[in-house]
Amino acid sequence: MRTVVCVKQVPDTTEVKVDPQTGTLIRAGVPSILNPYDHFAVEWALKLKARHGGEVTVLTMGPPQAKAVLQLALALGCDRAMLLSDRAFAGSDTWATSYALARAVKKIGKFDLILCGQQAIDGDTAQVGPGVAQSLHIPQITFCDSIEVEGRKAKVQRHIDDGYEIVEAKLPVLCTMSLPHAHPLPWPSFPKVAQARSKVLEVWTAADIGAEPEKIGLKGSPTQVHKVYPPPLRAKGTVFTGSASEMASKLLDILRQENFIKP
Amino acid sequence: MIEITSKCTGCSRCVPVCPFGAIHVADKKAVVGEACTLCGACVQVCALEAIEISRPEASADLSAWKGLWVFVETAPVLKPGKGGHLEITDAKTLKPVTHELLSAGRKLADELGQELCAVLVGDQVEGFVDELASYGADKVYLVQDEALKDYNTDLYAMVVIGLIAKHKPNIVLYPATYVGRDLAPRIAAEIHAGLTADCTGLSIKDGLLLQTRPAFGGNIMADILCPNMRPQMATVRPNVLRKDEPQPLKKAALVRETPKIDKNVARVKTLEKRITAVHGEKKIDQANVIVSGGRGVKTKDKFKVLEELADLLGGAVGASRAAVDMGLKPKTQQVGQSGTTVMPRLYLACGISGAIQHIVGMRASDVIVAINKDPNAPIFSVAKYAIVGDLHDILPRLAAGLKEKKK
Repeated sequence: MRTVVCVKQVPDTTEVKVDPQTGTLIRAGVPSILNPYDHFAVEWALKLKARHGGEVTVLTMGPPQAKAVLQLALALGCDRAMLLSDRAFAGSDTWATSYALARAVKKIGKFDLILCGQQAIDGDTAQVGPGVAQSLHIPQITFCDSIEVEGRKAKVQRHIDDGYEIVEAKLPVLCTMSLPHAHPLPWPSFPKVAQARSKVLEVWTAADIGAEPEKIGLKGSPTQVHKVYPPPLRAKGTVFTGSASEMASKLLDILRQENFIKP
Repeated sequence: MIEITSKCTGCSRCVPVCPFGAIHVADKKAVVGEACTLCGACVQVCALEAIEISRPEASADLSAWKGLWVFVETAPVLKPGKGGHLEITDAKTLKPVTHELLSAGRKLADELGQELCAVLVGDQVEGFVDELASYGADKVYLVQDEALKDYNTDLYAMVVIGLIAKHKPNIVLYPATYVGRDLAPRIAAEIHAGLTADCTGLSIKDGLLLQTRPAFGGNIMADILCPNMRPQMATVRPNVLRKDEPQPLKKAALVRETPKIDKNVARVKTLEKRITAVHGEKKIDQANVIVSGGRGVKTKDKFKVLEELADLLGGAVGASRAAVDMGLKPKTQQVGQSGTTVMPRLYLACGISGAIQHIVGMRASDVIVAINKDPNAPIFSVAKYAIVGDLHDILPRLAAGLKEKKK
């Protein structure tokens, strides 16, 4: 099994606070982490490697400091890592990112499985996985819970409305992984972190992957961010305090007043 | 432009998959005829990477791209089955988000002075044409085939890419559902179109589609434009845009498209589908009233009074992520960024502190009432009525009061 996992370094959005006065983001002190969905994808790649053998390559695109998430993936047991880093990638939207990652996967060579997180917690687009699959002309299975590989086939459980389905596809296939609630993600031990330093971590530029200049960065990105602003606040409501029975009758008044119950 | 390179050996794998019958093999090489729409189905199956498609940059003439399209999502009708679970039936219905997209699309299309078109793909779905018209569609592109009965990434992408290449829409909207979010990025990647994910607002700015969406877990909003490529595409979050009253007398022009569908194009096959939603647990996405509980509810047992209240008010029970993580309610009932976005007339938040991820999933509700012990709970910042107090003391009294009234 040759698996490539595409990951992203993201700010921990659960730690992001909003300044109540100005309504702007307070980013100071917000740690950068391996996107939790991607972390789960790494866990799955390693689980499949434990069952079927093979090699796991972890791939990311980002600034030089994104190496940190690759080092984590290596410490968890991935075999080699590639960082796509080039100023020419700056401003890439999901289209240009998908294209660059697909080019890098091609350079990595033969693969059986590509795993991605279903989405990154900073952008929440869920578009890059399918974009990579289409760019590589391979099938995709999105929003997956679990993967079983038998011979040259993958059997995958994925989300649908109100439940799930079991689907089957021949390898190679790209799966985007969902993340079960309250799932404890794996963390490496200190010795593993130290050992990981000797593993291969290559940095590739746009030229290394043979990317066409008009398909990467701002130029290759059909969408442009026009404006970013804090979410609109709602008008301040009315606050009520008092005993439990006072509050219960207040609630009845409110329900009546707003026509949820008959007067 | 489509080009068959010298790598082609004439293996003819691409011939049956072409929906337009545009490929034949002559002298051990594939030949592409004029019926080609550049849908890319052949590229997907070519093991030798011998087919190359280069698309004209849309920026050459943006005005040639006209009309606003809505991809119509159908869903199976569910019925109560064994063990309290719901089961899938053969009957289909339009997903409610379709009504929302058409209603919003109608206004945008009017502002642009362009047609609103629905793209209806499936098997025996022609019966929905009038319903699509009643929500504002001027035209319905209909593609019916037995192989299209259920959604399949490869088949649906091939069909929609073919339609886009042929008719050149200015804008294409998809629901931000499991289906829409699987399909749209696949299409965007193939045709090099812009795609904005999970929009919560759409408007027209200087003739362009202004797409508004939350980012950073809902902490900020971003407005996105796609100035130089066509079509401009977006997935749109369900339950955020308002649907209009249907106009039952309105008719739409029906355009039948009949691409040839080869089942073998579908590389992912569904073996089985399981519905985990439980019969009797009212769904939150379409409820008029939601009584929602958070960490403060503490136990499964103590959710019962919320269930009772929901019953009395004719609503559904929701939960915060914390309550779902504690196992108090199933994930199907979770409101918020990683659950379901809801827009009921009444949202009663009980013991929910109001993390931003929760608030983005419910702040569009008409009337928000919050009950919390902590007077500084962030949930109060979006509540029209903020009740400071212990839900365990207040809710049983409220339920008793409501029951008293019903007598």
